[in-house]
Amino acid sequence: MAYQADRSQYPSRRPDGSLDIDLSSGKYLKLWQGPQHPGITGNMSVELTVCGDEVVEGKTHVGYLHRGFEKLMERRTFIQCFPIVCRICVPEPDFNEYCYAAAVEELAGLEVPERADWIRTLILEMGRINSYLMYLGGQAGALGQGVIGQWTTYVRDLMLDRFEELSGARIYHMFIMPGGVRDGLPDGFDQRMEETLREIESTLADVKDVMFQNAVFKKRTVGLGYIDPAIVDQYGVTGPTARAAGVAKDVRRDQPYLVYPELDFEPVVGQDSDVFTRADVRRRDLLMSVDLIRQILARMPRSGAVMAPLPNVLHWKIPFGETYICGECSRGEYGYYLVTDGSGYPRRVNVRGPSYTHAMALLERLIVNCNISDVAALMVSLHTYPPEIER
Amino acid sequence: MSLSDVLSPFSAWKNLFRDPVTIPDPLNDRPGAPRYRGFHQNDVEKCIGCGTCEAICQNAAIDMVAVAEIATKPGDSGLRPRIDYGRCCWCALCVDVCMTSSLSMSNEYKWVDHDPEVFRFTPGVDLKHWDSAELGYRRPEGHRLTGNERVDMGELEPEARADSFVEIVAGYDLEQAKLEADRCVSCGLCVATCPTHMAVPEYIATIRDGAYEQGVRLLYQTNPFSNVCGRVCTHRCETSCAARHEGDPIAIRWLKRHIIDQVPHDRIKQIAAEGRVSEPSGHQVAIIGAGPAGLTAAFDLAKAGHGVTVFEAQPAPGGMMRYGIPEYRLPYDKLDEDIDVIRSMGVEIRCSTRVGEDISIDQLRAQHDSVLLAIGLHQGRSTRIPGSEHRDVVSAVELLRRITLGERFEVPETLAVIGGGNVAMDIARSLARMQRQQHGKVGVTLVALEAEDLMLADREEIDEAREEGVVIIPSRGPRQCVIERDAVIGLETVHCISVFDEQGRFAPNYDDSDIQLHDAGLIVEAIGQAADHAFLGEPLTEALEWERNRIRIDADGRTSEPWLWAAGDAVQGPDVITAVAAGHRIAASMMAIFAGKPAATR
Repeated sequence: MAYQADRSQYPSRRPDGSLDIDLSSGKYLKLWQGPQHPGITGNMSVELTVCGDEVVEGKTHVGYLHRGFEKLMERRTFIQCFPIVCRICVPEPDFNEYCYAAAVEELAGLEVPERADWIRTLILEMGRINSYLMYLGGQAGALGQGVIGQWTTYVRDLMLDRFEELSGARIYHMFIMPGGVRDGLPDGFDQRMEETLREIESTLADVKDVMFQNAVFKKRTVGLGYIDPAIVDQYGVTGPTARAAGVAKDVRRDQPYLVYPELDFEPVVGQDSDVFTRADVRRRDLLMSVDLIRQILARMPRSGAVMAPLPNVLHWKIPFGETYICGECSRGEYGYYLVTDGSGYPRRVNVRGPSYTHAMALLERLIVNCNISDVAALMVSLHTYPPEIER
Repeated sequence: MSLSDVLSPFSAWKNLFRDPVTIPDPLNDRPGAPRYRGFHQNDVEKCIGCGTCEAICQNAAIDMVAVAEIATKPGDSGLRPRIDYGRCCWCALCVDVCMTSSLSMSNEYKWVDHDPEVFRFTPGVDLKHWDSAELGYRRPEGHRLTGNERVDMGELEPEARADSFVEIVAGYDLEQAKLEADRCVSCGLCVATCPTHMAVPEYIATIRDGAYEQGVRLLYQTNPFSNVCGRVCTHRCETSCAARHEGDPIAIRWLKRHIIDQVPHDRIKQIAAEGRVSEPSGHQVAIIGAGPAGLTAAFDLAKAGHGVTVFEAQPAPGGMMRYGIPEYRLPYDKLDEDIDVIRSMGVEIRCSTRVGEDISIDQLRAQHDSVLLAIGLHQGRSTRIPGSEHRDVVSAVELLRRITLGERFEVPETLAVIGGGNVAMDIARSLARMQRQQHGKVGVTLVALEAEDLMLADREEIDEAREEGVVIIPSRGPRQCVIERDAVIGLETVHCISVFDEQGRFAPNYDDSDIQLHDAGLIVEAIGQAADHAFLGEPLTEALEWERNRIRIDADGRTSEPWLWAAGDAVQGPDVITAVAAGHRIAASMMAIFAGKPAATR
């Protein structure tokens, strides 16, 4: 939305910078987008003040999904935290499992077998693909293109089948445990994975034709939701959202973890920093994950332990310590800050979900002067998952 | 933007000619993956109801419930896990931690019902169609959440121990004990099995926390003989340990010993005296026999303020713990420490005082409110084979007693032991040590009636005896002691085909064609013991009720005489810990009676 030189229709600012909105003037309307609304990502809402069809102020409201995981974990033993962390982010739960496990391993001094590291990397990339597929459907859907969501849901379902045969569950895998992973790959997994990857590639080719080479999509998204590269660090923007602004941040390369140093990849970067570019960066990142999975399956060790010997988990105590473990998830930097105090329970767990910065501070800035019909597309383009905002 | 951007989206229409990807009948065409974590299965025969699954479940979805068809027995609580699928999150930690691998998950995940109550059931008991499902989540091989290997106990090598009576077992150091204690899952099956119900999981927890004084406190709540039981207990607790099903049982006995080894003796005395009643009640109790049963009762009674006098025929207290167990298993100074704590409660022990000779039982009855008969089995049984009346055919208990008393007697270069139990091993190994000291070599032949795998002695005793040079020959019955010119020269044995008949009665079946002669200048009989009741006198013997040569007692240890209780090996075998349990029961029973009646004035 271009800047309007005539400001007479817009609210003036008070000396403290806040907007002087007089709702009784008849010029403004309060409009809630969410928490029950198809144009919102998950359980949150945006309180919009509109002037005509233009947003003059947007306040984000969260708390609809608060389950208090961080507090729950303080009352659970270290092994009992393992099944609940995945619930902090539903569409891509594996980063919670990995970050939690890695933090516990570091503080408890456990040496994870190499094979487990490869399997963990494989799982994280599989999860990334799932997350991006879900995003693409949502991004297109926010602009009325229902068919993209149908296609990506189909191939995501195939990837869920691979998760099911590997981990025993489709959504909450509970497979990456402190100490390693539960088991190795099942027989014939590679072949079925290759078939799934081919199906994903072919579907993405269709998505490119129908969604990205599409006059309507371009018209709606090019130039929408511009993020100035200068504010990327200021707002704590990470992941594809930052890379679409030309800032080549990728934890996989910047702070290598697991077996990423041994894999061949370059962070996918865009230039224009708008909704279209962010969608395109994610599509290319998805294809890179497909390539990474092929690299992993070709090179991973096929025998050996997948779990470090654990002490008796029923009364596992971890000495005093604190650590921060992070990884590059589909939305940006995902991190766990863990403090232990020598007891059998975590003293403090803090989860850094990238949606926290993207969906609140950043969205409130980007939403001003946006057309109401573009709010959904703008919000989806930040790829936010409310459960990780409200741990 | 170009023309292709307008035309390209129409390529979506090609999907009109593709088959749909939807699964037409997902309820039937879509089984769970082979590893799927679906509804639980439980092999209730394998399950021991240890409750580890309940302990690890972070959702509190599992309750251990009593099941009508399953009886409580040693090593099995009789409870089985009931799972609430309104709470279960399918994480399978219960399967991972299961001590017997009885719990697993099927790949069945579809179940629709209008009644929410049906989703709480006991797998394996409430039968479901997936109980026999072959696919589903099983604990992967090698995936363990609790340690399954016991920390090795340091022991003297055979060369180092074979000629001395120095204690063989080294005991755990702090780090080893912590590692071993860490394996315990605190299920408590051991507590139910232990005759005196020691608080095993709790005292093992004090090792993990390094809170040894609290550990001693817990030990003394149920057992004043932790030095003894920490070394020679028959550890039935370990046979019911949940960890034994897929690994080694927790070394409960060694951990008990570790606790008591860590706290100075004076501090142990202080801890044991906590809660002691210093005001005398006036009630007086006489205890005949300073063995584990008598001294345990004495400890409880004296701690509660009652006057206790123990009469012991031998020169030192301890009973069979001193005169039956060789020093290399239980050093005398450790036994003395336990007894010293008991003495410090105010118990008077009169040694070398034989009831019936030095003091009559009627006198005891007159001077005390109640009397406890806690004599052991100090008479050896004889095989009564030809030649067994010879002076060089002796009983094992007598010889063990003489060794403890410090008698220096000559051991011949070859000797034979008859018997396959722990007493036979004790005497064989003791005499082997003396042979090595006197002759520099071992010449002990031990013959047991039972086959090797049926021998009554502990496996470790048999192995260690062999390591020390004892020749153990199973399946041989004694036939005669061969005597030439009034001297024993050997033992003749015959092959024993079977020990029991079809009805399970003792009826050895011999193969008379297979006879062997074992050189022996001394033959030791270790085939069982008996009590000597002669001191009771005829009137009391007549008055008491008997049951197969044992005084009949009720559950509280009371005899048919209201002033007399009986305990120990003479009425109820077979080990120290059973005697300790009986001592506690009897002290409680006496005190219940004292509570209802004032002390007699004497």
